[in-house]
Amino acid sequence: MSELFTFIQGRWDPAVTYPQIVWPALVVAYGVFAVTFASLFAGITSWYERRVAGRMQCRIGPNRVGPQGVLQWLADGFKAFLKEDLVPKEADGILYRIAPYPVFVGVFCTWVILPYAPAVVGADLNVGVVFLMAITALVVAGIIMGGWASNSKWALLGGVRSAAQMVSYEIPVGFALLTAVIPAGTLSLQGIIAAQGGAPWNWMVFHSPATFIAFFVYFTAALAEGNRTPFDLPEAESELVAGYNTEYSGMRFIWFFFAEWANLYVIGAVVAAVFLGGWRLPGVGIEQQAASLWLQFAGACLFVLKALVLVNVIIWLRWTLPRLRVDQLMIMCWKYLVPAGMVLVVVAVFWVFVERGMPGFARWVAFLLCATGFFLVGLMFWRAWYNIKYGGDRLYLKFMV
Amino acid sequence: MSAVYLPIFVMLLFSGALAGGMLLFSMPFGPYNPTRVKSEPFECGCRSIGPNRVRFSAQFYILAILLVVFDIEAAFMFPWAVLFSKLGLAGFIEMLVFIGVLVLGFVYLWRSGGLDALDK
Amino acid sequence: MNEQTVDTFGNEMMTLNMGPQHPSTHGVIRFVVTSDGEIMQKAVPHVGYLHRGIEKIAEGIPWQSFTPYTDRVDYLAAMFANHGWAMAVERLAGIEVPPRAEYIRVIASELNRIASHLVAVGAMAMDIGAFTPFLHGIREREKINDLMEELCGQRLTYNFVRVGGVSSDLTPGWDKKALAFIEALGPLLDEFNRLITGNEILVKRCADVAVIDPRTAKSFGLVGPNLRASGVDWDLRRDQPYSVYDKFEFRVCTGKGWRGRVGDSYDRFVVRVDEMIESVKILKQALGGIPEGPVMAKLSKKLKPPKGEVYAAVESARGELGYYVVSDGGEQPYRAKIRTGSFAALSAIEALSCGLMIADLVVLIASFDVVAPEIDR
Repeated sequence: MSELFTFIQGRWDPAVTYPQIVWPALVVAYGVFAVTFASLFAGITSWYERRVAGRMQCRIGPNRVGPQGVLQWLADGFKAFLKEDLVPKEADGILYRIAPYPVFVGVFCTWVILPYAPAVVGADLNVGVVFLMAITALVVAGIIMGGWASNSKWALLGGVRSAAQMVSYEIPVGFALLTAVIPAGTLSLQGIIAAQGGAPWNWMVFHSPATFIAFFVYFTAALAEGNRTPFDLPEAESELVAGYNTEYSGMRFIWFFFAEWANLYVIGAVVAAVFLGGWRLPGVGIEQQAASLWLQFAGACLFVLKALVLVNVIIWLRWTLPRLRVDQLMIMCWKYLVPAGMVLVVVAVFWVFVERGMPGFARWVAFLLCATGFFLVGLMFWRAWYNIKYGGDRLYLKFMV
Repeated sequence: MSAVYLPIFVMLLFSGALAGGMLLFSMPFGPYNPTRVKSEPFECGCRSIGPNRVRFSAQFYILAILLVVFDIEAAFMFPWAVLFSKLGLAGFIEMLVFIGVLVLGFVYLWRSGGLDALDK
Repeated sequence: MNEQTVDTFGNEMMTLNMGPQHPSTHGVIRFVVTSDGEIMQKAVPHVGYLHRGIEKIAEGIPWQSFTPYTDRVDYLAAMFANHGWAMAVERLAGIEVPPRAEYIRVIASELNRIASHLVAVGAMAMDIGAFTPFLHGIREREKINDLMEELCGQRLTYNFVRVGGVSSDLTPGWDKKALAFIEALGPLLDEFNRLITGNEILVKRCADVAVIDPRTAKSFGLVGPNLRASGVDWDLRRDQPYSVYDKFEFRVCTGKGWRGRVGDSYDRFVVRVDEMIESVKILKQALGGIPEGPVMAKLSKKLKPPKGEVYAAVESARGELGYYVVSDGGEQPYRAKIRTGSFAALSAIEALSCGLMIADLVVLIASFDVVAPEIDR
């Protein structure tokens, strides 16, 4: 926020004259912006996800409310608005009622540290990464509260499952982020972005073999922490009816899902910032970008674009993959991701010395990893093309119906 | 420096107010007439058998306790990771020892069957 | 109702109702699950939520009039239920069915088998959490429904196979449409396999889960794909040929333990996918060789089979669907008993469920392809 304030002070005289008015106004404006963006994103994604699912499943999806159904989320919200807010008998009334708040607040607060441009960030914390992990832990608390307080066995099962799952997956998340923090030398998200470059081979993900794998470890573990398929066990519909939110109705029910969809963007944005170069533009230096309004804007657009692409990938995964079983989920965390995380940290440290000793070699490895990454993406598109060509039903590639 | 944290509190306030405000606002609109059947816990249409708040077997969830060990260790590593380039080789070796102890603990956990609860 | 179950080690057990209103019980079935949280001690099926007394109804109405009721025995594969009843009455009354009618019966049955298996494998994938394959299956089934609608005017409860033949002849050009559909089905099944059958998560969820060895499978009276998945090479179409099945070349698909042991849930999944491919083969042969002639034998309006009893079984999508019918020489059956695959499968669940996880129970139920009305009738 202070960067933005300084940036505005350089261009707008009243900000220099009345900082005690402009500064709080700026903070409040940013808060309003972040809450609005998060709400709009969560709402529109709830529609978008259903449209994508519809396309993937040879059906249309919601297309009635507004153009292409884009206002469907408002209609859904309005419906929930008019619903009875039930509290089951024998439920723990207070815990039951407050359970959606930690989930909601926990996800929304992470938006503060998401950086859009050199000057546009809610709070450039010097402990950004730790803050991210700490504040998302609130979500776990809310979900356990909701599951336990509902006084329903299905909700309890979902709540306890999520306790084990989300808490376990915090460790791989921590190790994967640590792997990125070591070469960057800072916990601030802005600092991590500044340590990367605009061109793909300067991104953190291609920095070393360790960060390359850490990217996948983080993405997987973040999906598990965000309760997304293939790790959506706490709300596994076909097993636990609805999991921890079985008993919820009306707006309280909506808040759980609102937070889940907002969390999609958080996952995408954190991956984009930590691993994919954030707002860095290719061929533009940081000072140059920080000085120009338009370059800042372009960087912000690029950052949001990267995040949205990742959100898209998460949505594809959800509508493609089945769900793991609870013990397989824990095995994956404890027997694969946690040891992998430990190894990654050591390799990342080792790589710092490699970089110092043999900068040329490190550079070539980065190019190689970059090529591998793009090869993998190309492979995915080739597979998609193959499936479209040789799949049974001709797909109608007209995007909207 | 505390000004940096101001946006966080603003966001806490705003998101809490949004959630609470919408809930409050929706109250007069929704009906409220709970009946006995409606306020029963959902159990697939049957009356639930036995108490709903059972003591849970900790078979899988014991692992969540292990989190404390590993998460705290990871927390120790964050400040080191930031200062790593300044600490140089000494810091590297110290942290290798630290991670080594952690790995030993993990191996012990694995070998002694702490993770066997996972295998059915 | 308020006792707390405790296991041998003093752990408190949780008793949980799974169903009748549960997303993955495939209809209104109730399981009372005793578990310690995730691992089940047992799951006891409670049936009867869909009991309609179809067998009793048979005793009060004329022989031919019972056919529409058999539709409701198995709503996903009504053709087999029609067929079984028609066969039982034909054997009892000694009716000769015209060959063209037999061919049409086989074609309709095999199409229905594909439709039913598509739902079975799709629903199993959905219970494991993959929603898309289910809708891809439903998309293909929709085309079969269209074909069926053109054939007999109904999309689900066909009432097509009647005593003495079938209710109507093929409409002009129907066989070409059917042929075009089954030609296109091969690539679709390939796509389905790429999408879900080879999926590592699905394999991990299903392989080695609820393994049934051949002996157990036989002792529980499992039939059809569930039995064959256990490695028992038994198919009524080949081993007790009825209708004109002896004229066609096809392979009986058995479980091979593709990714685990023989008779696990994954085998049951793959056997169904395999059977669809075999059905396509049968359909191709049958559609190529439909003889000319009438589609209905000449029958008196009031059928009076001679005194006696008969058991006639068809290989339904859920295995042997048998009708045991007793006639006292009157205008109505004296007794009709329906033997269905789902009921036998459900009886095996209690024994198999011990030590499984709740998520595995869902897989087990889905892999048996249990259809609720077939259990209760």
